[in-house]
Amino acid sequence: MAQETHESAEHGEFNVGDMIMHHIKDEHGWELAHGLTIPLPVILYTQDRGLEVFSSSHIMHDEVYNGYKEHEGDIHRVTATGEIDESVKVWDFSITKNVASLLLSAIILLVVFFSVRNGYEKNKGRAPKGIQSFLEPIILFVRDEIAKPNIGPKYERYLPYLLTLFFFILINNLLGLLPGGANLTGNIAVTLVLAVISFLITNFSGNKHYWAHIIKPTGVPVALLPIMIPVEIVGVFMKPFSLMVRLFANITAGHIIILSLLGLIFIARNLGGTGTGLAVSPLVTVFALFMNGIELLVAFLQAFIFTLLTSMYIGSAVEEHHEADHGIGYEGADPHH
Amino acid sequence: MDLLTPDIGLLFWQVVIFLGIFLILRAFAWKPITASLKEREDNIQSALDLAEKTRAEMAALKADNEKLLAQARVERDVILRGAKETADKMVADARDKAAAEGQRMLELARESMQNERQALVAQVKKEVVTLSLDIAEKVLRRELNDKASQEQLIKDLVTNSHLN
Repeated sequence: MAQETHESAEHGEFNVGDMIMHHIKDEHGWELAHGLTIPLPVILYTQDRGLEVFSSSHIMHDEVYNGYKEHEGDIHRVTATGEIDESVKVWDFSITKNVASLLLSAIILLVVFFSVRNGYEKNKGRAPKGIQSFLEPIILFVRDEIAKPNIGPKYERYLPYLLTLFFFILINNLLGLLPGGANLTGNIAVTLVLAVISFLITNFSGNKHYWAHIIKPTGVPVALLPIMIPVEIVGVFMKPFSLMVRLFANITAGHIIILSLLGLIFIARNLGGTGTGLAVSPLVTVFALFMNGIELLVAFLQAFIFTLLTSMYIGSAVEEHHEADHGIGYEGADPHH
Repeated sequence: MDLLTPDIGLLFWQVVIFLGIFLILRAFAWKPITASLKEREDNIQSALDLAEKTRAEMAALKADNEKLLAQARVERDVILRGAKETADKMVADARDKAAAEGQRMLELARESMQNERQALVAQVKKEVVTLSLDIAEKVLRRELNDKASQEQLIKDLVTNSHLN
């Protein structure tokens, strides 16, 4: 209760929208709870001053430090009078909350899968044990249910990427659900990078059938080609775009719903006093718990869908015989093939 | 730090860290793990294949045994039947031979009895003749002591001889 009275005192009225946006966005420094913020390094590059590194604690409360000031989450150069200097472009490579969470997830992934790898070396020729036996079904699921059926015989080349992708999204979805966790997979920059990598892998794997299908879609009348070719080309970019938006929107939406539910407590308190706030808390807690359960499911589901769709796109790019051939007489009709 | 505009910093770190863990995991985790999984699956598969093969071999062996057994049974039956036939034939032959022998011995006996009887008859005849001659001699000797009777005899003889 002390927490939100502090907030009310600071910002006047409690604004649930601001609270939600604050939680789903990135920040300099990691706010685990109100008033408990872990300072993180701020790394800036400007053309005139080069690389600068300092602690985020210096700029946490809108102070000016070293000629920099944080305004609405972004760090700006300020003039001597304290005004924001728009003429200086500040490249912000800070270890923000999301980057810290990203590093943490990377460390977890490395530790976990190195121990799994060691398990395979230690238990060679024996049944899997411990974390190895816990993760083996998931690895086999990615291999047998996602990679193999969608990519086909060449799946082995893409398996390391798909496994990394799956576990990266999964671990970050789960870390995001922890109290105080960062909304990393609900950040457009992260999903953009994942989608672009999937896009590059798909298109660099594309064989002649894939490109031929884009330039001349099979079974389409010539008159429709001026329409179909742009559609196909847009489709190439639409696929990764949908990947990017899907993951970002699903995870962010989940966070917004849980935060909105919890925000109901504070709205009730603002409307009817502390007693009303306490009265709605149990009901809201039940809903929030239910939503957390759903989010846990979504964490797995979105990791699965992103990986599945990526392998389907790769599969369509490396497919040897196009579906439109119906597999009839392709080999026999063309002896040079 | 807007919701829909990617930050350059996070973009940069995401590329660096994601590619970093991808490359590290690929080299040191995914390759050994997938290789181990494949190896284990191959082992299991080959063990299963071996079991299947052994089972097929056992079945073939059993079938062979059955076949051999059936063959042996047939052979045994053939031998038994042959033996029985031989035995029956031997018994029949023996019976025939015994019957023939009996018949022959009977014939012999009959023949010898016939001979005996003939010899006996001849003997008897001879005895009778001798006896008759003896009697006749004795009678004659006595008759001839009397003159009248001698004459009578001669007369009779002459008469009979005429008759003859």
